[in-house]
Amino acid sequence: MSEITKLTDATFDETISGSEQPVVVDFWAEWCGPCKMIAPVLEELAKENGGKLRIAKLNVDENPNTAMRYNVMSIPTLLVFKPGESGQEARRLVGAKGKAQLLQELADFVA
Amino acid sequence: MTDAVPLVIVGSGPAGLTAAVYAARANLRPIVIEGLEAGGQLMLTTDVENYPGFPDGILGPELMTKFREQAARFGAEFVTADADRLDLGASPFGVWVDGRECRGEAMIVSTGATARMLGLDSERQLLGRGVSTCATCDGFFFRGQPLAVVGGGDSALEEALFLTKFATEVTIIHRRDELRASAIMADRAAANPKISFRWNAVVEEVLGNGSVEAVRLRDTKTDERSELDVGALFVAIGHDPNTALVHDQLELDEGGYVVTAGDSTATSVDGVFAAGDVQDHVFRQAVTAAGSGCMAAMEAERWLAAREHAAR
Repeated sequence: MSEITKLTDATFDETISGSEQPVVVDFWAEWCGPCKMIAPVLEELAKENGGKLRIAKLNVDENPNTAMRYNVMSIPTLLVFKPGESGQEARRLVGAKGKAQLLQELADFVA
Repeated sequence: MTDAVPLVIVGSGPAGLTAAVYAARANLRPIVIEGLEAGGQLMLTTDVENYPGFPDGILGPELMTKFREQAARFGAEFVTADADRLDLGASPFGVWVDGRECRGEAMIVSTGATARMLGLDSERQLLGRGVSTCATCDGFFFRGQPLAVVGGGDSALEEALFLTKFATEVTIIHRRDELRASAIMADRAAANPKISFRWNAVVEEVLGNGSVEAVRLRDTKTDERSELDVGALFVAIGHDPNTALVHDQLELDEGGYVVTAGDSTATSVDGVFAAGDVQDHVFRQAVTAAGSGCMAAMEAERWLAAREHAAR
């Protein structure tokens, strides 16, 4: 199965509120270099933490409403949502990061 | 203390990884401390169109992945964490990573450079909320707004020109009254009706609640303050060499770059070599970094061989 969930403006709320695991949403676009750097790292994270963490991505070009609603003004931005917190972001990570750094930042959520 | 390997390389941009390829092929079993920002500045770029061998261009991150694969193929080992401390007192030189010590009889420092920020608290608070270092990433979010770029070099003008696609107008804020940029870029910017210049001005504060609304400028000649309404501020004021690990152990020049001997990568410490942007404020290209990485590995190899010979 494909480990990364593709979100749209239409499916965003439902997916976030319906998830039993924390969800990491990668706000990205085709024309963003650092987004390309972070993409394979997220794929690895999704594979390795499948049970504990859900990784999703949202294309800001195609889904501007969600990006605007969450005040995303820089990509890549990762927003982390915890279950039961009704769409309130638990953490915001701006900019591309390496795998080790990401793991460190996300450690609280996969414990 | 752990046993020393022949060579430790600190840094994993084009310089460090090229050094690793050469050193691994010379059986120096290099350990590369690649850091959390492994791959260096190219990881933050899109198309690289001037690296020879890729006629159609290649993405920066993809190029660095290839560099790394090539080094790994010949047996280079990687540690994916930041070095906390270096000991360049005498060979074997030490590096501490996550509390673990590792020693190399020779060492190559290729820690690169990092985009410079203004250093304002307000800048840090609004980073990712209108303060940006990447126009190609973030310009999109500020469609139909006035924007500002701070800086006077080629990269500042490149950002400004790119932003004219989205912005109503772009103001270039520069602390001098002339640009450092190349003539061709300066001409392009001057010819663009959306671009204007604020000369002799520095950004004193980034203003905004939750996102950037304006910047407060100070005129460096008259000390006069003014505010400029902008939706975002793009910072392109150059780079600083990453010398925090070595600044009190290696000789640096007045710009803070590691000093190397002419036609060589040798530093002020015998057995320690420096390659790439940490010692180059002139060229700063992927290909020149790779070239100096190759030089460093070959010099380290010769240095190790000479030492072994002398010990016999």
